[in-house]
Amino acid sequence: MSNLIAKIPLVDWLIEPFQYGFLVQAIWVSAFVGLVCAVLSCYITLKGWSLMGDAVSHAVVPGVVVAYALNIPFAIGAFVFGFGATVAIGYIKSKTRLKEDAVIGVVFTGFFAFGLVLITKIPSNIDLFHILFGNVLGISQQDIIQTLIAGTITLLVILIRRKDLLLFCFDPNHAKAIGLNTQFMYYTLLSVLALTIVTALQTAGIILVIAMLVTPGSTAYLLTDRFDHMLGISIATSVFSCVGGTYLSYHFDVSTGGAIVVLLTVLFMVAMVFAPKYGILAQNSHQQLVPVENQAEANKIVD
Amino acid sequence: MPTAIQTLDISVNNLSVTYSNAKLALYNANCTIEPGSITALVGPNGSGKSTLFKSIMGFLKPSQGQIRIAGLPVQKAQKKQLMAYVPQSDEVDWNFPVSVFDVVMMGRYGYMNLLRIPGSKDRRLVMESLERVGMIDFRTHQIGELSGGQKKRAFLARALAQEGKVILLDEPFTGVDVKTEKRIIDLLIQLRDEGHTILVSTHDLASISTFCDRTILLNQTILAAGKTEETFTEENLAMTFGGLPVNSLRQMFHNSEVEARYE
Ligand SMILES: Nc1ncnc2c1ncn2[C@@H]1O[C@H](COP(=O)(O)OP(=O)(O)O)[C@@H](O)[C@H]1O
Ligand SMILES: [Mg+2]
Repeated sequence: MSNLIAKIPLVDWLIEPFQYGFLVQAIWVSAFVGLVCAVLSCYITLKGWSLMGDAVSHAVVPGVVVAYALNIPFAIGAFVFGFGATVAIGYIKSKTRLKEDAVIGVVFTGFFAFGLVLITKIPSNIDLFHILFGNVLGISQQDIIQTLIAGTITLLVILIRRKDLLLFCFDPNHAKAIGLNTQFMYYTLLSVLALTIVTALQTAGIILVIAMLVTPGSTAYLLTDRFDHMLGISIATSVFSCVGGTYLSYHFDVSTGGAIVVLLTVLFMVAMVFAPKYGILAQNSHQQLVPVENQAEANKIVD
Repeated sequence: MPTAIQTLDISVNNLSVTYSNAKLALYNANCTIEPGSITALVGPNGSGKSTLFKSIMGFLKPSQGQIRIAGLPVQKAQKKQLMAYVPQSDEVDWNFPVSVFDVVMMGRYGYMNLLRIPGSKDRRLVMESLERVGMIDFRTHQIGELSGGQKKRAFLARALAQEGKVILLDEPFTGVDVKTEKRIIDLLIQLRDEGHTILVSTHDLASISTFCDRTILLNQTILAAGKTEETFTEENLAMTFGGLPVNSLRQMFHNSEVEARYE
């Protein structure tokens, strides 16, 4: 029987990669990363913090280099700089008359550029290409542990504070009106954002991590009006894309982060076109209904 | 519901608010909102009504002045769940994936433990509040699916569920049909009779004398404040609305009423 299966070339081709421990491990890691990103993605898209996510992801670069130089875990350095950038953004925004997007643009490119300078000056064997584009197929055991810790903390914080965070995204004024500490919620959400980016760094790389934070939530948002469903859809599309992308990237020898994000984007486009209520097709048919009704009315009058 | 609750006043002392773009929105505002009464806040668009609301609620940091709720600083009053706020419609993200029930339940968060798991009392109060505004049948609807009047009632239900003794409503009659306006007014009168202190901003000048005990006229600063019969005069209105003849103003507001959305 097993002989028979092995003889079918397609099946052979499909299961062959699973003989390799490193690939199975990479699939597990990226599935976990997909889960963490998908959960946070729902909050970030609803809050409108996509640009903030992009900023944090770029701002972690100097942190990674400094962590390497000091010989401490990369996750710590990345978190400190990612979170530090958001504090800097908040501070500059409150002290100047600049609009938020300008402040974010200035701060994150500044951090990123500083990171580039450090990378080229501090002798290390950090591969810039791996930081930028991720390297989950070659991930070390130590990095896996750091990814798991950062991701687990993120999931726990969101699990415990999920209702408050949702209220904070929806109506921060009401949160204040009932005596909740919105400043604390703001920094809680920012720190889990920084932690999630640390989690996803090895898988997607800093250039594409923003897609993992924005696309699953956006896809889900097009498909439902209920937050719990949104969370479920976001997780499903994200984990599917991470597993599928990692697997396909091995087979076709393409960038893992790239393959994951391409899958995410394809799913997004399908939702965008075919979503039952908010898809382009559904929206168009709503619009067409109006003139048709009017025509019927007009005919009646003529009759 | 308790019948004899304590009544709370709001005092606004020498309040000035400047936005970060250096725009002075409120200037030396002084007033007292009497406890257990309904006070109307009237002024043209951009006169600072929402700014005054947000200052009283502590959403904005005034550049000068002081606000006390029954003698307490705003934050203390909020921790005690004394203050409920019904926002202006354009401040709400109507596409947010929450249901009417979820929104009203948010009024109870301040009473719950850290995980915000509702108890039977929370659920009962949410249902009672929905019942009171006539929104029980819509409780599972996403908030964007509601008409203008239903949206207002949903947020009013949240204020009821919160059991705040002070209720601030920012333009609750804008985009609402006459029937719903009447219904909200009746509810406000009931709440006043239960001892709530209510401050409501409105453009519907015609209905003010039917339910507001007191009126505050505002344009950048407080121009007049007191009993409605005494404050709501032609001269005061003319001063507030800057020279426009009051009759044409009334006309204007009635026209905008007609445009209100069908429910
Ligand atoms: N967030 C803000 N930033 C800058 N200016 C603002 C802001 N909010 C309101 N303003 C300005 O302050 C003034 C008062 O606004 P507001 O309190 O909303 O008036 P109203 O509610 O009476 O229409 C207006 O001129 C408005 O343009
Ligand atoms: Mg306003």
